[in-house]
Amino acid sequence: MSNGLELATVEWRRVSPKQIGVELVGTLLSALVLIAVGVFFLAVVRTPFGWVIIGASVVLHGIMAILAARRVRSIGYQLREDDLVFRRGIMWQRIVAVPYGRMQLVDITRGPVARALGLAELKLVTAAAVTSVTIPGLVNEDAEGLRDRLVELAESRRAGL
Amino acid sequence: MTQAVRAAEQLTDGNWHRLHPATPVLKGGIALLAIAGAIIANLREALIESFIGGPREEDPVSLLYTNGLLGWALLAALVVVLLFVLGFWVSWRMHEFRVTEDVVEVRSGILFRTNRKGRLDRVQGINIMRPLVPRLFGAAKLEVNVAGQNANVQLSYLRSKDADALRRRILGLASGKREETPAGEHTGADHAPGAHTGPVAARVLEERAREFLAPELDPDAAPPESIVKIPLGRLAGSIALSGFTIVLAIVLFVGVPIVVATEAYWALLPVLPGLIGSVGFYVNRIVKSLRFSIAGTPDGIRVGYGLLSTSNDTLPPGRIHAVEVLQPLLWRPAGWWSIRITRASNSSTPGAAGQANTTLLPVGDRADVTRVLGLVLPEFVGETSTALLQTGILGRGGDGDGFVNAPRRGRFLRPFSWRRTGFAVDPNALLLRSGAVWRHLVIVPHARLQSIALRQGPLERRLRVNRIQAHTVAGAVDTELPVVDRDTSVRLFEDLAASAATSGRVDRSHRWWTAEHEGMQEQEQAPSEPGSVREEAR
Repeated sequence: MSNGLELATVEWRRVSPKQIGVELVGTLLSALVLIAVGVFFLAVVRTPFGWVIIGASVVLHGIMAILAARRVRSIGYQLREDDLVFRRGIMWQRIVAVPYGRMQLVDITRGPVARALGLAELKLVTAAAVTSVTIPGLVNEDAEGLRDRLVELAESRRAGL
Repeated sequence: MTQAVRAAEQLTDGNWHRLHPATPVLKGGIALLAIAGAIIANLREALIESFIGGPREEDPVSLLYTNGLLGWALLAALVVVLLFVLGFWVSWRMHEFRVTEDVVEVRSGILFRTNRKGRLDRVQGINIMRPLVPRLFGAAKLEVNVAGQNANVQLSYLRSKDADALRRRILGLASGKREETPAGEHTGADHAPGAHTGPVAARVLEERAREFLAPELDPDAAPPESIVKIPLGRLAGSIALSGFTIVLAIVLFVGVPIVVATEAYWALLPVLPGLIGSVGFYVNRIVKSLRFSIAGTPDGIRVGYGLLSTSNDTLPPGRIHAVEVLQPLLWRPAGWWSIRITRASNSSTPGAAGQANTTLLPVGDRADVTRVLGLVLPEFVGETSTALLQTGILGRGGDGDGFVNAPRRGRFLRPFSWRRTGFAVDPNALLLRSGAVWRHLVIVPHARLQSIALRQGPLERRLRVNRIQAHTVAGAVDTELPVVDRDTSVRLFEDLAASAATSGRVDRSHRWWTAEHEGMQEQEQAPSEPGSVREEAR
């Protein structure tokens, strides 16, 4: 990991470990869908190709499930003086810095599983579509607090486009 | 105070105004003309047949004639035409616009009312277009570009001579300048002495002719000289040396011999229309780029082009989010370059040379590029910057040329261009250089940076390099540097994040007049609403 991306001065704030549950449910669902496709091939089309799909699906989703914890641990964010920094990814890492004055809107969304676990997702939108910063796995109160804080910061540093 | 200025002031007094009376004809009239043409052609055949006494066919007109219903049919046609005219007239009455201190607003529609508002402090540019036919009528289309997808406010059509003055007024309001403009500034060519003599018809004709022949840059608002002149030869050469020509050459010199050799002539059928169309493509591009001009005005950069249908775009300061200087491979021997920009909003019509109007300079030599960049990024001029630009577009790379280039490890990812792949940071802008075969230089002003991202995949991690992307609004310019040394990129990331935040705070170019005249104390907060609001009531 010595060659990886790291910002020396940033203490990353991690998201709730309950997010692992959300990821696992998502992985499980997508695995089930692929297995259903495989079963369809076996039962209706009657080709052994179905076994390939089922096998690949089980292996890939198994790896994804094992890595879920690390994936969630890789998500981090930090409110700095002038901007918010966000990171995620194990293999393909990404670090984004969004100056507060550039935020156009802050969005909170909750999926069904996340809602059951009391989690929410915070999305930052700037004028650039490529910014795409979404912080998943925030505890509800944290998400709302963070949103209010960000909106306040954005208002006080508002700039043109 | 001249007539045009007074008219423009009237148009911006905050009340509702109607558009040019010929608008419906110009907008929908062509369809009507086509229908009339078809009917007349039909009738003419019937007439000729009745004279020559050829074989009677069962076409609708002769059927009507034989049944003695021609009178009714003519009456019905008349009613239809009258209904059309009435419809056009009502739609013209209902189509109104107004310009207040804060917004430009258009409402239109008879059954389905549309109401569209654009905030003046979010104006990204104002484009005046004069397609050939409206131009003959003395009409022009004014398009206020507001930030956002498909958020432009169109005023089509206006009186041609009002359009320029109206644009100046709107830009004046947008710039934060509230006082009246001194009348001395405006000495329009269309009010030269002698313009108001002679009978009315002759005067109107004369006016049309003068408007038609007048240079696209109106003399009051722009320095008379365009800073770039594109000679016809260079224009033709640049278009002939485009990628399209390569495709065409492959088709002609590889495809056609194969077809002839294999005698599979049917294969030509789908290609042939394209070949014929390519002639039109070349002519169209040349005609559209003729009379290209670019000049600086107090309210921004003015770009005009077109021979028959003309377009004339004004970009206020601080509306350009990224600039790219690029050189297609075939242009290299000639030393030509082209400049592309990213804006928050684009005009709906294609730009010079039929390219998307992200092209600011279709073709120019190095001196032209320097001049245009000086206009686009006025804060980015001076000895060091010019030197930086020269190495940026021409440099072969290597150590100590002013750019921080990719490490040698990067050659696995960019075998040809790793030496040239690098960046430089100016107090006002970030410069990204890449490409050895197709050379690019991207300039992003810090004040326009939206966010910054670092990315790294597994292979890049092995090589201890990153990608760094300067996020701007979506546009034509790709602002990613594909290979940077890891430690360097982290430092750059921190620097950019800091300078984006600070320059974002002091930048006041969305109200450029107040920014200039009241310094940086201007505390006006830009509103948080999006640039334009569109409501549709059913």
